[in-house]
Amino acid sequence: MADAANQVPDRIPINLIVNGNRRTLDVVPWTTLLDALRDHLALTGTKKGCDHGQCGACTVLVDGRRINSCLTLAVMKDGAEITTIEGFARDGALHPLQQAFIDHDAFQCGYCTPGQICSAAGLLAEGHAGDADEIRELMSGNLCRCGAYPNIVAAIQQAMSRP
Amino acid sequence: MINFQFSRARDVADAILLLTGHPGAKLIAGGTNLIDLMKENVEQPSRLIDISRLPLRTIEETADGGLRVGALVPNSGLAYDPLIEQRYPLLASAILAGASAQLRNMASVGGNLMQRTRCAYFYDTATPCNKRTRSSGCSAIDGLNRNHAILGASNSCIATNPSDMSVALAALDALVHIAGPSGERTMALTDFHRLPGETPDIDTNLEADEIITAVELPPRGFASNYSYLKIRDRLSYAFALVSVAAVLELEGNAISEARVALGGVAHKPWRSAEAEMALRGQAATVEHFSRFADSLLQEAKARSHNGFKIELARRAIVRTLMQAASATPQSQAHKKIA
Amino acid sequence: MNAYVGTPTSRVDGRAKVTGAAKYAGEFAADGLLHGFVVAATIPCGRIARLDTSEALKVKGVLDVLTHTHRPPLAGKDDAWKDEVAPAEGSPFRPLYDDSIKFNGQPIALVVAEDWETAKFAATLVRVEYREEQAFATDLDAGRSKATEVKQPHEPRGDAVGALAKAAVRHDADYLIPTEHHNPMELFASTVVWDSSGRLTVYDKTQGVQNVHKFLCSVFDKKPDDIRVLSPYVGGAFGSGLRPQYQVVLAMLAALALRRSVRVVLTRQQMYGLGHRPATIEHVGLGAKSDGTLEAVTHEATAVTSRYEDFARNDSGWAEQLYKSPNSRYSHKLVRLDVSTPCDMRAPGAASGVCALECAMDELAVALKLDPIELRLKCYSDRDQSEDLPYTSKQLRECYARGAEAFGWSKRNPASRSMRDGKELVGWGMATGVWEALQMPVAARIGLTANGHAEVSCAASDIGTGTYTIVAQVAADALGLPIENIDVRLADSTLPQAPVEGGSWMAASSAHAVLGAADDIRQELIRLASAMPSSPLAGVDVADVILVGGTIAKAGDMGSAVSIADAMRHGKLERIEKQKLNHFAEDKSYARNTHSAVFAEVKVDEQLGVIRVTRVVSAVAAGRILNTKTGRSQIMGGVVWGIGMALHEETVMDHRFGRIMNANIAEYHIPVNADVQDIDVIFVEERDDRINTLGVKGLGEIGIVGVPAAIANAIYHATGKRIRRFPVTLDKLLA
Repeated sequence: MADAANQVPDRIPINLIVNGNRRTLDVVPWTTLLDALRDHLALTGTKKGCDHGQCGACTVLVDGRRINSCLTLAVMKDGAEITTIEGFARDGALHPLQQAFIDHDAFQCGYCTPGQICSAAGLLAEGHAGDADEIRELMSGNLCRCGAYPNIVAAIQQAMSRP
Repeated sequence: MINFQFSRARDVADAILLLTGHPGAKLIAGGTNLIDLMKENVEQPSRLIDISRLPLRTIEETADGGLRVGALVPNSGLAYDPLIEQRYPLLASAILAGASAQLRNMASVGGNLMQRTRCAYFYDTATPCNKRTRSSGCSAIDGLNRNHAILGASNSCIATNPSDMSVALAALDALVHIAGPSGERTMALTDFHRLPGETPDIDTNLEADEIITAVELPPRGFASNYSYLKIRDRLSYAFALVSVAAVLELEGNAISEARVALGGVAHKPWRSAEAEMALRGQAATVEHFSRFADSLLQEAKARSHNGFKIELARRAIVRTLMQAASATPQSQAHKKIA
Repeated sequence: MNAYVGTPTSRVDGRAKVTGAAKYAGEFAADGLLHGFVVAATIPCGRIARLDTSEALKVKGVLDVLTHTHRPPLAGKDDAWKDEVAPAEGSPFRPLYDDSIKFNGQPIALVVAEDWETAKFAATLVRVEYREEQAFATDLDAGRSKATEVKQPHEPRGDAVGALAKAAVRHDADYLIPTEHHNPMELFASTVVWDSSGRLTVYDKTQGVQNVHKFLCSVFDKKPDDIRVLSPYVGGAFGSGLRPQYQVVLAMLAALALRRSVRVVLTRQQMYGLGHRPATIEHVGLGAKSDGTLEAVTHEATAVTSRYEDFARNDSGWAEQLYKSPNSRYSHKLVRLDVSTPCDMRAPGAASGVCALECAMDELAVALKLDPIELRLKCYSDRDQSEDLPYTSKQLRECYARGAEAFGWSKRNPASRSMRDGKELVGWGMATGVWEALQMPVAARIGLTANGHAEVSCAASDIGTGTYTIVAQVAADALGLPIENIDVRLADSTLPQAPVEGGSWMAASSAHAVLGAADDIRQELIRLASAMPSSPLAGVDVADVILVGGTIAKAGDMGSAVSIADAMRHGKLERIEKQKLNHFAEDKSYARNTHSAVFAEVKVDEQLGVIRVTRVVSAVAAGRILNTKTGRSQIMGGVVWGIGMALHEETVMDHRFGRIMNANIAEYHIPVNADVQDIDVIFVEERDDRINTLGVKGLGEIGIVGVPAAIANAIYHATGKRIRRFPVTLDKLLA
């Protein structure tokens, strides 16, 4: 019989509205929103790049605001509306940011890309970025090791100019 | 991450009750620091108490003309709040100098005050650290200490506090509202964080069964003459090597009041009432600011790798004060230093 | 017809990547998938005295904990562990093989559980006791005196040491490049899918599926058909995925032990136990006549390797390609330390060695009071001096000219600390870049269907480099089809042969494999079309016939066109499939290189030492650019890497513990968006009819080479301070 130190906590049922669909799942409290999306809901578009809030690859929108899903416990977001990269295209039509990222070659390996796009969507909604310097600063929570930053800025500027 | 129980507090009183009933329990709001540390097994709470839904999310005017900021106001909500932007732009600027947009959306005001050091040894459970495990030894004193404290350190710990927000709050003479089993109390922000002394494992003067409910900003916001300057190893998304929050009240070119808090140099935001007092009545000149910087850094002590911070801090203090004096505060987006 | 080659075609895998549909190694599902979590050693050297897994095994959901005493069999001979890019000398690391600890962070156990969090939790309950047997060493500076020389990459010419001593103007200094880690955004991961027949499908984060396939077959004594390795998308690698990494061995072990599908994902911290760019002391000596012509070049690199393998690259020989000198001596030394074996990292050898060489050239230019470009032109070498060979092409002069013009170099005041912008000192620096133009055996298969669609397949990887896209472009042009009709399949070990994707060789190599297979298709189509009744192509010279617009036609005579569909229908073929191994004429009478001239502007706050890289111009000569859009991105990415190497990147080790203390991506700084401003990429036209049919040279490495030096030289120009220990951080400027 395992003593307290080896026990896995009980699962807690939660609801998430993910990309407009209500999803019910049972999670252990230690499950992050990131792992819930990737492992429980098979939404692997949201990426794990560091698991410590250092890279931004896991960025999703929760109730419309961009956050790092790796530092968010799923159980604390019971009832929240989550938008992941899988929720951006509508009826096969790409979101303007997605198209802008393709047009400007704003990625290479593509691993940081869903987080960049979610973050950019958050940035546009926040409305605090005007010039390129402001975009750069407010996108600095999304690392891109391929070094696509100038193209990312250009893509965001395109999406800003053609809403 | 180790096994922990999870519960959600219904209200502040419930949170306190849960804390009292469960030694080893911790409050969680934004989680940006706590979950990070739990994943590293540095923090091992037996229970998490979710306070994120408590009604502590408002920014309200106080009777004396200040603002009372609920402990759960997100960092971004605070930084972009019109009242904060207008009346306490130093605070807005400092918040925007820290972390990333995503983290600022998550992190709460109260949680920001509770964030722990970025000392690499604190984070690495394979190395001794007095802050993590009392009396295990400090690896940084004779180790890699480029990022460590030059002020207020002890022989037990030379860690620094990583917060930007707290530095601005210290300069603004903010108050921390705290609730506990025996009622509410208020503490000056400058008294909230402790120096490491012999108990570096205790970061703050908050008791284990207490909860931060609000941060109060006194009426004076110094919106005309302020600046927050953060110096780091890359231009964004990095912790401060040195940061300076400076506010001035000027009559003509004469200083009637000066307040300066330093970040990245000590276990808490660093201020000196004495040095600030000496600036009163002086002209806002490089010479006087340099003398002030020398005074503020009088006790600074270099370790093997962080000696540069003393000179860096000295220059950054002068520069930030000049920015404040000339009403050209540092932009956090435009990286050229004003 | 070139409708696509040479154009800014958008990535064909773009949609998959922006919608989240692209699946990476750790994202493939399987029934009953188990999750492994690695327990890593916390000492750099010694033995495992005791490994107690009993508490971990009590955790509900944990199925097993694999250790060196509890695991399926692994091959016992070094040869079985030597993958296609393993160092020749040494004994490759074998995870969970025995009780020895060779580096801090080494995997010593794998907890396997029903879910990842449970495995991670149980891993904290594994108790380890070590026996530390001997003093360990991890510090290059301290170990320098114990360096041993390895085979020199280039033979000495003349008496370099003597000539250096006698030179009218001499510069002689050490430059220090710290340990760096690749830090691709994707965590290293492998998913091994077990099926009841015992066949294993392995999704691995790798730059070479066939390398991993062969490695796994030999390590686990499996037949080729037992294992299939795939990596359709790779979230960056930069060299870290060239050799099979230990997580794939661990995932295989667990799958074999439990006869279940298993995924192992490393943490960011654990990835610091993989390979790294070795810390290196680059000693460069330059002796010149007072007119600036070189008399002597010496370059001695002293690099870290592990205790168990000798990893060495060409750091020191690059002056042979760049600068004419009658006397030269190049050497490479290794210091064996208690660290994991270094591995290739973007432009291995050159990134470090050319950085030192180009800083040294800048210092020499200052000493000679010559413009840095003028010095380089005075020493310009039209031949590779090591073999005394001409180049297939070398437009480096044009790179200097075009880059200088775009940058505005002529407006530079040569004196340091002479240019300023308010409180900032402005510095302009430049450097040369050089890399090899390599090509490797690669095969491609094209399946053309009568409806004018083609599937092109090859085992090569696309690690973000754009292989999917250039393969589609080349195939579309060669087959005369719209690119939308080309379906590219890559990175599956069962597909036609390809080596690891690295060294900038994949563009040329894969493109020519596709060209070869497409030509076989063309010939088959001509045969079919010619055989049609009253065919307009009957008796035509095969060489005159092209595929264009879905037809087979005589070049310049669309009246002769026969549609592919008609020809295939007539030949009663629904599908034509051709596979071809590329072929490059073996001509050792030419040297093959890419070149660049890099110009950087920095602004340095005079009081605070804060450095901003405000502009970079990189003028690149790399033969024909297959895709100017993805190609520009590759060079831009290299420039961003160069900014990181110049200003940020350093793996910091506490030598008392032999432990990396910034094994994360918060304190191991790579550039963020705010660190990167204007980057101007210029592709200098470089026709090359000798190197290969298309004249392609490759772009993956050349983008970084020279950039750190250009920035460091700009910092010197701005501040008058020469920092030779990288990265150049503000504390070094304040000192």
